[in-house]
Amino acid sequence: MTIAPVASATNARPLVSIRDVSKQFANGTIAIRGVDLDLREAEFVSLLGPSGCGKSTLLRIIAGLGAPSAGTVDWPTSAHDASGEAHPDLGFVFQDPTLMPWANALKNTMLPLTLAAVSKNEAEERAAEMLALVGLKGFEKSYPRELSGGMKMRVSIARALVTHPKILLMDEPFAALDEITRHKLNDDLLGLWWQNRFTAVFVTHSVFESVYLSQRIVVMAARPGRVMADLQNDAPYPRDALFRTSADYAHLCRAASETLKRAIAA
Amino acid sequence: MTSSATTSVPHDGTDAEARPVSAEERRILGLPASSWPGIIAPVVIGIIALTAWELTVRIKGIPHYILPGPILIVQTLWNDWATLSESLLITLRITFAALIAAIAVGVSLAIIFTQSKWLEKSLFPYAVILQVTPVVSIAPLIIIWVGDINLSLLICAWIVAFFPILSNTILGLNSADHNLINLFQLYRASRWQTLRYLRLPAALPYFLGGLKISGGLALIGAVVAEFVAGTGGSASGLAYRILESGYRLQIPRMFAALLLISLSGIAIFFLTSWIAHLALRHWHESAVRREN
Repeated sequence: MTIAPVASATNARPLVSIRDVSKQFANGTIAIRGVDLDLREAEFVSLLGPSGCGKSTLLRIIAGLGAPSAGTVDWPTSAHDASGEAHPDLGFVFQDPTLMPWANALKNTMLPLTLAAVSKNEAEERAAEMLALVGLKGFEKSYPRELSGGMKMRVSIARALVTHPKILLMDEPFAALDEITRHKLNDDLLGLWWQNRFTAVFVTHSVFESVYLSQRIVVMAARPGRVMADLQNDAPYPRDALFRTSADYAHLCRAASETLKRAIAA
Repeated sequence: MTSSATTSVPHDGTDAEARPVSAEERRILGLPASSWPGIIAPVVIGIIALTAWELTVRIKGIPHYILPGPILIVQTLWNDWATLSESLLITLRITFAALIAAIAVGVSLAIIFTQSKWLEKSLFPYAVILQVTPVVSIAPLIIIWVGDINLSLLICAWIVAFFPILSNTILGLNSADHNLINLFQLYRASRWQTLRYLRLPAALPYFLGGLKISGGLALIGAVVAEFVAGTGGSASGLAYRILESGYRLQIPRMFAALLLISLSGIAIFFLTSWIAHLALRHWHESAVRREN
């Protein structure tokens, strides 16, 4: 069980290929500069870094929310429209649950299907299924204000997964939750990933969370935001509470932590 | 070892317990016991004031063409109900027609404005001008130009009523959660879908806030326009009855008409508040009852 830099030679075509991507905001701030990154199918990747390192900006660029100032984001295996623009199947989870307060859990989960003009019956069925999968069976008719922070996040995840996307992008989704709820959601997220085999991209500033969850940790540094290290974490899945308290986990966290420290100092 | 991650996600007790538990409160005549003081107190004050009024009029022997007592006013309302109810109906018809027109035009304009910044920039100042010009000052013009008296009254009441709906709905349409807008972009929602599923629901509380103001304003607009028209001898709504009673020194009737206008205003306020409550009770902070 080690944490080691990722071997660069991989034969399979990546799901997302990010080449020399930079983002400069209108006020002149350079959010990220020269990011190169390949995301492969069904892998769990964490983007780890201090605040201001551009990890959220990078995630939004991958999602297509805001174009990069320079560089390209390619989706070699996804569908493209006539103008050559990629239409990847993706789900996005924001830092806040970002639910529609006027709609109940089921309606919120259905949203991506409603927007894709899926018939109401089918959409309801699939949304109910997905809600059950995130542990919210029986809460379909509950409004967001009736749900706790953790449950709202579960609805948000159900909504992101209801289309069965190839890639799930998450922007510090559990940062605002208490530790007990966060651990629970980490475990459940791993369960969902293990079962559904989507590519997971998880933005976090927590070394512990990134080591617990991911196969690969992309360490970023700030001013300007850039990738400093790409670590492989080959601790076996399934990971659970036992792993969280193991010496291996502590060892891996220390290794990742030191890499992060070096990255910030560099 | 594999079971914990591969089986379906279990319920977490800590989360489920966070669901609100509705506490049963004692009810009297269908209303919760705690809300009764808020009803009784103003009613008591009202009874005291009316009694004092009636007594003052009787003891001091104030003639009824100066100040009629409440009992005489209610009697007049009863006796003149045929005339007064007819006028009430006319005023209410204009008020509600104006309010419906205000909703239709206000909401449509708001939607158009939020779809095109340029249209908003070029037209909004004129909406403001229409709003800040006192309706009394343009009512005579409108009556002359339009000819039909009911239509002119409707237009006057509409001018007064539509602005709160317009400005509030614009505010509401623009206040949809930024991340939700991003989410809609992500799923390639059309303009129409974003409007229907996101902007309109987000605007609803703001629109209803505007509706509450506009309901009262429509009545005020209708009454003011009737006054202007009434001085010209046409129209027959409640305001005209007030004018007419003034000329004839039928002060009790004037008060009765006034009472009907006030009651209409209160009724409109409760109606719009009730609609707002029905529409928002499930989700909006303003309509949600909290235990703490």
